[in-house]
Amino acid sequence: MAKRIDVSGLTAYYGSHKAIEDISMSVEPRSVTAFIGPSGCGKSTFLRTLNRMHEVTPGGRVEGKVMLDNEDLYAGGVDPVSVRRTIGMVFQRPNPFPTMSIYDNVAAGLRLNGSYKKAQLDDVVEKSLKGANLWNEVKDRLNKPGSGLSGGQQQRLCIARAIAVEPQVLLMDEPCSALDPISTLAIEDLICELKERFTIVIVTHNMQQAARVSDRTAFFNLAAVGQPGKLIEIDDTERIFSNPSVQATEDYISGRFG
Amino acid sequence: MEKPPVAVPPPGGTLKQPRLPRWAPVGLALLSAGVGVGAGLAFGLASRIQWGLIAAIVYVVATYALTTAVEGRRQAKDRLATSLIWVSFLVAVLPLASLIWETIARGTKVLDGYFLTHSMSGVITLQPGGGIYHAIIGTVEQVGIATLIAAPIGLLTAIYLVEYGRGRLATAVTFFVDVMTGIPSIVAGLFVLSFWIIILDFGYSGFAGAMALAILMMPIVVRSTEEMLKLVPNELREASLALGVPKWRTILKVVLPTAIGGITTGVMLAVARIAGETAPILLLVFGAQSINNNPFEGAQSSLPYYVYEQWANGNEASYDRAWAAALVLIAFVMILNLVARGIARWKAPKTGR
Repeated sequence: MAKRIDVSGLTAYYGSHKAIEDISMSVEPRSVTAFIGPSGCGKSTFLRTLNRMHEVTPGGRVEGKVMLDNEDLYAGGVDPVSVRRTIGMVFQRPNPFPTMSIYDNVAAGLRLNGSYKKAQLDDVVEKSLKGANLWNEVKDRLNKPGSGLSGGQQQRLCIARAIAVEPQVLLMDEPCSALDPISTLAIEDLICELKERFTIVIVTHNMQQAARVSDRTAFFNLAAVGQPGKLIEIDDTERIFSNPSVQATEDYISGRFG
Repeated sequence: MEKPPVAVPPPGGTLKQPRLPRWAPVGLALLSAGVGVGAGLAFGLASRIQWGLIAAIVYVVATYALTTAVEGRRQAKDRLATSLIWVSFLVAVLPLASLIWETIARGTKVLDGYFLTHSMSGVITLQPGGGIYHAIIGTVEQVGIATLIAAPIGLLTAIYLVEYGRGRLATAVTFFVDVMTGIPSIVAGLFVLSFWIIILDFGYSGFAGAMALAILMMPIVVRSTEEMLKLVPNELREASLALGVPKWRTILKVVLPTAIGGITTGVMLAVARIAGETAPILLLVFGAQSINNNPFEGAQSSLPYYVYEQWANGNEASYDRAWAAALVLIAFVMILNLVARGIARWKAPKTGR
């Protein structure tokens, strides 16, 4: 199920602006990798290059290699649509489809991709909602609109929607930044469960969150505003938070800047 | 450490100020209406519009003066703005109300089942009788065909502009849509006349009129649909794309359903706009007295054309028919709008729990 990602020499642009420069790293399968760093350092941009969502932004352009096991995502002839089916994404703000019910939201990925059977769909919806720890809260109102749920529930609905298509990798772009501590805890627990099955990459501004949920942590930084963001270091989370090898990382983590 | 002294509020408080009683604006409005009527009668002003103007000016000035005296300058400015808005509202609504009132009062005179189900075939214009069945058929067919042509093209153009359009082509399309918005209806009529009837040598028909109406309708549909599609949050598109849904399916299944309420309203407003067009009908459909169910062959009538034609006859019976037809036209457009709103409400993204 879960696959590893190897990035080498990746540079991403918005038009002529270079947003991130020359990033190389590996993401281990069945683990949680956290990206931390100050605002504007390119964490989210880098995350979006991992499932070819960066090029959806007008002017978005990528150089370099992203290997998913042995396949280069940016090789010629690779269909970005099938890349995104393999590598799912959860966004910063909960964004359930407003025209669809809770059930339809979870089923959306399968349904919009064509073939499905009703009984099979029921199974997937139940399994995904259980996987997102939302089943007990919504099982009696599957046909109500998804936008009627609370923010935390909506975000778990979005996670259920993302895992319903059985991706190999799950990318999360600050999934808890719009949520209260209790919902955040629910999602962090969920991440710990999901890493049994998926490779997870999470962008977060919350250092405690990175320390709590991740196995490995990558620290990004930028030299100055307008300069491209760079990967400073990536290591086991424990090492990053106790004894990082770069001074800038220690300064950021201990709150001396950023 | 010594604390800085806290300012003790004077007894009675500084936050309270004299206020006008709640009924003051209404009272002032009644008073100034009275002044308007009084002045009008006293000076023998014939025009009711002058009475209204006097009342409006008195109302605005009196409100400002009274509030300045009682409440202070800032509140006076606030109330001045409020009263100006109310006056403008009345000025804007009065013509509409009087138009509807007039049309209903005069239009109901001959409006009955017979009028709706019979044509003018064999009716001498001086006589009462006859009806608008042929005109209703004409309007429904011409507007229907125009919508069938313009709505899909307009919709697809808007989707192109919002979802795909980049660079020169998109700029050019936007520019030409803007130009088309400004085309007077008579010019659209002349264009179809010269190309369809004079060059290609087809006869007058409802279809020729429908083509001119489609030209008028298309830019309105493009503009309104474009605005509605732009309102769909980008996050929804990204959410769908990130599920591995192809772009065309994302547009079809996520973007369009989210915006469908607004799009329907836009199309219906465009329909309402062209349903009242007379000039292209005059040039291209020619006008007829009897029923012609075939929009592709032969002259037809239409409601706005019928109103014009009857009014031009210039006698009492024709005037009555013209007013009744105008009332039917207004009702037709209004029913379309209500239907559009119903659809919009029914299809709108649901927020309930």
